[in-house]
Amino acid sequence: MTTLDDLRTTLAGNERLTEDLDRVREKPEAVGGLFPAAGRRYGREPLTDGWTTDEAARALLLAGSPTEEVLNAYRYGDTAEKLAVLKALPLLPIGDDGVPLLEDALRTNDTRLVAAALGPYADRLEPDAWRQAVLKCVFMGVPLAGVHRLHERADAPLKDMLRAFAAEREAAGREVPLDARNLLDETQEA
Amino acid sequence: MRIFDPHIHMTSRTTDDYQRMADSGVRAVVEPAFWLGQPRTGPGSFTDYFDSIIGWEPFRASQFGIRHHATIALNPKEANDPRCRPVLDLLPRYLAKDGVVAVGEIGYDSMTPAEDEAFAAQLALALDHELPALVHTPHRDKARGLQRSLDVVKESGIDPGRVALDHLNEVTVAAAKDAGVWLGFSIYPDTKMSPDRMVAILREYGPERVLVNSAADWGKSDPLLTVRTAEAMAKDGFSEDDVDRVLWRNPVEFYAQSGRLDLSDVTDTGATFAGNSILRGGS
Repeated sequence: MTTLDDLRTTLAGNERLTEDLDRVREKPEAVGGLFPAAGRRYGREPLTDGWTTDEAARALLLAGSPTEEVLNAYRYGDTAEKLAVLKALPLLPIGDDGVPLLEDALRTNDTRLVAAALGPYADRLEPDAWRQAVLKCVFMGVPLAGVHRLHERADAPLKDMLRAFAAEREAAGREVPLDARNLLDETQEA
Repeated sequence: MRIFDPHIHMTSRTTDDYQRMADSGVRAVVEPAFWLGQPRTGPGSFTDYFDSIIGWEPFRASQFGIRHHATIALNPKEANDPRCRPVLDLLPRYLAKDGVVAVGEIGYDSMTPAEDEAFAAQLALALDHELPALVHTPHRDKARGLQRSLDVVKESGIDPGRVALDHLNEVTVAAAKDAGVWLGFSIYPDTKMSPDRMVAILREYGPERVLVNSAADWGKSDPLLTVRTAEAMAKDGFSEDDVDRVLWRNPVEFYAQSGRLDLSDVTDTGATFAGNSILRGGS
């Protein structure tokens, strides 16, 4: 997995970011104005491993900020900012303090936020919340391929929920998404 | 025909409206922050609303192929409520957003001292954040309200070319045009302006710096009156190019001054502005 050090190395030549990271070290609340402007200040070009420049810069800004500013960045973030916070969470030294952010994202009806909440940091979600989140993905048409450790975590209660979901869809003459069907078949075999 | 509605409150509209707008050629909208029918009682109510018009509403619009941007401000009516005014301190967070293309709606409702203060403070924020300003002109005591708005704009030092005065009509258009600001007109079923009256104003004053919007909201209003105005222009003999200028290129030019207008994923726009297909800064 990409680490903060990887991102630091990749963006070492971005002078504006380097200056801004120094600023945030001296004055943590400055991140409130810099975080939303990341795309305009540092660029949006794709980097390696599925990161873009603005996402990576946002992760580094958060890594240099106290937890309160991480939570504020999400609280006041637009969708791109919230997605960047969710993506950065597993890299940040904040323990379980980011779990309420996942729970917030999972309450939304924005498919991008729901999908982003099920990355590696979702290991910290309680099993009930995680199962509901997976079922919500299926319900909303979010591909399960992006769910971190799906096959390891898919257990009997999730299987029951998926089976009930499939029965309801079939009763209505509606399709059951193929990835959900496959997961059900796979867990039935297990 | 492509339509950019530079002022519409989509949070009050249904998905049926989005569908009809998309079917009629509306490809982009700007949603200014304003009051809801029910007065708010504190900053938290504002921030949830701001979050919605920079978060959920653009997502909803995108499902219909419509690009959605927002403007952010404490509106003049609620600037009079001391319980709401602390939201002014939270505005800089929102004015830094990629999807925010102006400060607005600011201006006057009843022309009180509290409104004076909020208006001037938010024009200063527009200067700080290098954003244009969208100014609502009052519905009551309109001519005096317009003059006072122009005075405050002048005093602030903001370039009049970065200011739009909205809800103009036959009585207020001349003074606004003389001041060099952009001229906003809201086309309504019964009040404000109608498509035919709009055409008459375009005949008299020309299409330069004219912005035509539906200002559709929770009251009796119609999100397709931009389209009806384009049709009325064509019927009156305006060229396709004039119609495109008023209903697309003018609002693009006004909001592109923010450096943040992003129409890169809008289909059928067919053209570029100032040689750039991507309008936001740094491109």
